[in-house]
Amino acid sequence: MISKEDVKHIASLAKLKFSEEELEDFTNKFSHVLTYVEKLQEVDTENVEPTYQVNEQIQLLREDEVVEGLSREDVLKNAPDKQYGYFKLPKVLD
Amino acid sequence: MEITKLSAREMRKKLIDKEISSKEIIEAHIKKIDEVDGDINAFITLTREEALKQADEIDRKIKDGESIGSLAGIPIGIKDNIVTRNIKTTCGSKILENFIPPYDAAVIEKIKGKDGIILGKTNMDEFAMGSSTETSYFGSTKNPIDLERVPGGSSGGSAAAVKAGEVALSLGSETGGSVREPASFCGLVGIKPTYGLVSRYGVIPMANSLDQVGVFGRDVADAALMLSGIAGYDIKDSTSMKVEDTDYLTKLAEDIKGMRIGLPKEYFNIDMDKRVKEEVLKAVKVFEKLGGEVEEISLPYAEYGLPTYYIIATSEISSNLARFDGIRYGYRSKDYSSLDEIYINTRSEGFGEEVKRRIMLGTYALSSGYHDAYYKKAQRVRTLIKKDFDEAFKKYDIILSPTVPTLPFKLGEKIEDPLAMYMSDLMTVSVNLAGICALSMPCGMVEGLPVGLQIIGDRFKEMNILKAAYAFEREGESNGI
Amino acid sequence: MPLKGKVNQMAYKTIIGLEIHTELMTKTKMFCGCTNAFGGEANTHCCPVCIGLPGTLPVLNKQGVEFGIKAGIAFNCDIATKTKMDRKNYFYPDLVKGFQISQDDIPLCDGGYVEIELEEGTKKVHLRRIHIEEDTGKSTHTEDGDTLLDYNRSGVPLIEIVTEPEMNTPEEARLFLEKLRATLKYIEVSDCKMEEGSLRCDVNINVVDTETGAKTKISELKNLNSFRAAVKAMEYEEKRHIALLKEGKNTIKETRRWDEVKNETISMRQKGEVSDYRYFPESDIATIEIEEEWIEEIRRSLPELPHDKKERFMKEYDLPEYDAGVLTQSKEVSLFFEETIKHCNDSKLVSNWIMGDVLRRLKDEELEIEDLKFGPKDLSDLISLVKEGKINNNTGKKVLKEMFDTGKNPETIVKEQGLIQISDEGELKEIIEKILSENEQSIIDYKNGKDRALGFIVGQTMKATKGKANPQIVNKMVVDMINER
Repeated sequence: MISKEDVKHIASLAKLKFSEEELEDFTNKFSHVLTYVEKLQEVDTENVEPTYQVNEQIQLLREDEVVEGLSREDVLKNAPDKQYGYFKLPKVLD
Repeated sequence: MEITKLSAREMRKKLIDKEISSKEIIEAHIKKIDEVDGDINAFITLTREEALKQADEIDRKIKDGESIGSLAGIPIGIKDNIVTRNIKTTCGSKILENFIPPYDAAVIEKIKGKDGIILGKTNMDEFAMGSSTETSYFGSTKNPIDLERVPGGSSGGSAAAVKAGEVALSLGSETGGSVREPASFCGLVGIKPTYGLVSRYGVIPMANSLDQVGVFGRDVADAALMLSGIAGYDIKDSTSMKVEDTDYLTKLAEDIKGMRIGLPKEYFNIDMDKRVKEEVLKAVKVFEKLGGEVEEISLPYAEYGLPTYYIIATSEISSNLARFDGIRYGYRSKDYSSLDEIYINTRSEGFGEEVKRRIMLGTYALSSGYHDAYYKKAQRVRTLIKKDFDEAFKKYDIILSPTVPTLPFKLGEKIEDPLAMYMSDLMTVSVNLAGICALSMPCGMVEGLPVGLQIIGDRFKEMNILKAAYAFEREGESNGI
Repeated sequence: MPLKGKVNQMAYKTIIGLEIHTELMTKTKMFCGCTNAFGGEANTHCCPVCIGLPGTLPVLNKQGVEFGIKAGIAFNCDIATKTKMDRKNYFYPDLVKGFQISQDDIPLCDGGYVEIELEEGTKKVHLRRIHIEEDTGKSTHTEDGDTLLDYNRSGVPLIEIVTEPEMNTPEEARLFLEKLRATLKYIEVSDCKMEEGSLRCDVNINVVDTETGAKTKISELKNLNSFRAAVKAMEYEEKRHIALLKEGKNTIKETRRWDEVKNETISMRQKGEVSDYRYFPESDIATIEIEEEWIEEIRRSLPELPHDKKERFMKEYDLPEYDAGVLTQSKEVSLFFEETIKHCNDSKLVSNWIMGDVLRRLKDEELEIEDLKFGPKDLSDLISLVKEGKINNNTGKKVLKEMFDTGKNPETIVKEQGLIQISDEGELKEIIEKILSENEQSIIDYKNGKDRALGFIVGQTMKATKGKANPQIVNKMVVDMINER
């Protein structure tokens, strides 16, 4: 079982927050899912290598040649806030 | 002649034969969208003007006798997690509500290069997380067969749009069944290609070691046409593979006599809708009639597919979705007094509940102290699941099963119960874990609702599952299904 | 007191480990084709990949891997034959994807060492690893307190070099850094410009009381903008840790930065939370296979390393170890030396000139040898002028000064300023005669055994010739002429 405190800690790592009410509901649903995935512990995986990638493949290395990138306008096109050609973060009381 | 009911191949043929113009095709589909999409809500963004402009260009090419591409004039819907240059790409999320990418995904470049016409961006579960298209920030999509029911998900918009005749073909994406399940629920052919067959460059990831672009068509050949249009190696995607032959149309009609077919007992013995099982077993008989050699097989680790999938997918999700922080693009909260609050409030306000739930599970599975017990453990079990399939494909050419254990369910029926929703993916997720290919196609109806048959093939053996599907489809047509 | 202090000092052992980040001199970034040129207008060296737009994928730069291997070979590491990239997850405005693509459990280069020369002999400082990764963007703060973000640097290839905690004084750490930098520049994988941030160094430092075994907790020092700042920060920390131990107190595990103005380290704001980077494999990049053949090819292409060059200088030019060490400290200095030697075959003389006047002046002005306005041929011309007696040693130094300022050829300077040494005895005889007749007392003093008087006469003669007289000849003539009187 996972506690509300655990959920809060995970939320801080993930940069998320929940209201007290949400937290209750969330902890509950989260616990159900965790109990379900607990099932994996019954599998014997000794001497089994993990599969991080499904195809046995060797990385092709890119030649060191310059390719034209984006215009500055396109780089900044979706910026919520920008100034002087920079992305901008407003003054925050940190 | 009702243009929107033609197959994609017929549209192209009539275009070449100058029976209809590209403009007429597009206009007919726009009209259809105007008629039905208010109810169905398959699209988030429409690109009428660009589409009409492109149609004019294709008409000019035909008039001038220039050669045209394999997708010429065909209206195509694109799932809204596939990046389109200068066209809003939202992923069904508030956090990307106004995101206008400055680049095209590799598959979009391919479609454009083959003269396909993009008619719009389709609705989806937020960040492709869901099996019903109900988690979209832009409202749920309805199943055109029964508007009270879900179209499946997460590529529900792409499926519904093809089913309703709003487009002829569409692209979806798959992480654990997000093309096959909606194909099943909407009575379409949906293909999940082998991992590495189609470039993922420009596909906003859910779980990058599982994701693959998939396709929808109203019949097997249409889906094969769409797949041929986007398959192939891409230097921008290091995980894409150099595959020799991506022409899936020419060999489609080959005989399947002697094809070795496995029926995994684990997929038939689970708790499922009996009517679904019956329809699938009827389909199996058809394969026997077509000369297939059917045998029961075992995939011993099948039952661990879903928990393995949820650990791996959510771990990758937690990292893939970290970039949405309100700094360079997308939504930024108005409410903050520190850098941390910019992050936390932006993400908490910008993401929906299911997305947050999965980020949380993934963060937990990767966190210090739990990494080995969850993430690494799941990756080891994945090896065993993959091995199950490797063993099976030494003896069998294809594997048959239901696509989804249920009929299309009603809107709101499962949204409050994440586990029940996850169960929809029970028979599809292992295919993604193993990185192999599979498709879903209609194999019967129960009370007016479609049942999907899943055909699974070995890696890069798309031709096997397509040949089998095509043979089954023709047999069904001749029997009037 | 001083004695007591010294004894106490001996009872404490300082333990220093370093983490060095170096930007690699590739043409493009680590995972995309954007230019890796330094600077540029903000956000003009960017593409969808390096600003982390959703949907983009990394494609690894071959040259980046090759430079990593090169560094590994130069520092005697084992090169992995199979490796992978991993994600290091954390949130920071400079970091576009919410994770940095780095390496976790299988670094490109494993182990290795760097040798430093101490008074008591050579010391091997072992490396833990060298891995490849990507740099982050840069933020600057405006006067209004806003933060401006530039992602030109985002995705620039880096290697991170991690040492074992084997250095025991700030001086050892400095020697290590000097050697490391010289080698990286020698093999041309990095320009190592600290002021441009292409070499950055973090320090882990703590102190052990060797008598009681008590240890302070490790301080991590960041924001060290120069080797000098690094050394000062280490010295400061060493004292701070020892003082706390003496009081029976301990430090806290924290990150501190060096404040150049206050001349002290300052604790950086601590967030109560411990960082949990949640490393896991970057599956968008396949397994990286490094064939033995490739490693051998890189090994063969490696230039002569400082240590080998030093040995060769000692043998080939018959130089003392000290000279050879100084001259091979940087590739540029060694090249300058060897170029000069080509025109003027006196290695010890050339060595003296370079080690003496040339390097001293460069050090005073904080310049590098490549900043000199004159070349090796000019220096060899100057040395020849002195050697052939055309100018004397002091004039030579004056000419060198002029060369520093103007970059003019020494012969031109000598000609323009009429500095050719006067060795004509007839001319000198006249001058000396005049000086002797004006200084009769000095002659008497000399004859009475006061040697200083001779020096005075010689000095007056040099002054009268504006330093151009050949001092040996003047000396001999003065003695002869006094004796003749």
